[in-house]
Amino acid sequence: MANDPIHQFQISKFFSLELGGVDFGFTNSSLFMAATVATVAGFLILATSRRGLVPNRVQSIAEMSYEFIAQTLRNTAGSEGMKFFPFVFSLFAFVLVGNMLGMFPYFFTITSHIIVTFALSMLVISVVIIYGFMKNGVKFLKLFVPSVPAWLLPLLIPIEIISFVARPLSLSIRLFANMLAGHITLKVFAGFVVTLSAFGFTGWAGAVLPFLLTVALTALEFLVAFLQAYVFATLTCIYLHDALHPGH
Amino acid sequence: MSDDEKQTGRVAGDTGANEAELAERFRRLEEKLASGGHGAGDGLGSGERSKPSAIGQAFRLSSELVAGVAVGFGMGWGIDKTFDTTPWGMIVFLFLGFAAGVLNLLRATGQAGGGAATPNSGDEG
Repeated sequence: MANDPIHQFQISKFFSLELGGVDFGFTNSSLFMAATVATVAGFLILATSRRGLVPNRVQSIAEMSYEFIAQTLRNTAGSEGMKFFPFVFSLFAFVLVGNMLGMFPYFFTITSHIIVTFALSMLVISVVIIYGFMKNGVKFLKLFVPSVPAWLLPLLIPIEIISFVARPLSLSIRLFANMLAGHITLKVFAGFVVTLSAFGFTGWAGAVLPFLLTVALTALEFLVAFLQAYVFATLTCIYLHDALHPGH
Repeated sequence: MSDDEKQTGRVAGDTGANEAELAERFRRLEEKLASGGHGAGDGLGSGERSKPSAIGQAFRLSSELVAGVAVGFGMGWGIDKTFDTTPWGMIVFLFLGFAAGVLNLLRATGQAGGGAATPNSGDEG
């Protein structure tokens, strides 16, 4: 069905690969994840192949993205956080390129599935928890103890814990919901154009409005695709800041 | 000048350094950046960045509250299931979850201190 706005999120399996009772089948989602990684790696290898003192265009894009993430990381997590730079940069690049590849017609958007974004955010929060305990030991638990009078603590500690547990959830929901809603909206409005144009001249005239909206929404979607990758990276930095300085 | 820049580039690109050495290098680089007067404003102009981050904030807030309530719901449901306390766990934890959602919301906008989820507070405190 060309007009089904949900159809684009369908997972189709290319081949199955049964290993120990678990199916590691290769799906279109896996294909686009591999394509995302290949695009990022290929681009960065190309950009750094000719390390000119005066960067050419490709190199300058790579340098700008480095600067961009390094600046964000330094501002939110402090310069100690720079040891997480490879992690944050990989996440940012993966989400950004995954979102951008999804903007091609007929391409699959990996970040429109909550399992993908949830896995990414669980990775982030695991790094925060493991590194937090490694670096601070038990003092990491001070994160859950706000500086308030002691009689308020029984109420506030559960709230702090829930607020911490909510983080990976809100991180994954935000990315997934934005991509899903954006792509559905785009598809619905583009579908209006096709449907209306079947009704002769009046339909053609009426189709101008959804057509203009589709153009505007496409631009908005590109903005959202970048923005969500940026937000994901920023929040990762903020959570890493907690791992570095609990108690605050 | 040209030597300096080459060195800076190599410092940024090297990955196989141990942590102490890395920290030392960053400290030196920071000094160099501070004295050289370039760095912060380069690359992306500040005006270019302030706009996306404002919209980014708006996108961010929408899911904070929902996630808090959802986690409260999940925890309440789990506690009811394990300790057979229906419906008290759900009632208590839904309220706690709502409070946590509001707390996250206020932290995201920088209106509540305490925890570290305040992006604008930086390193101080």
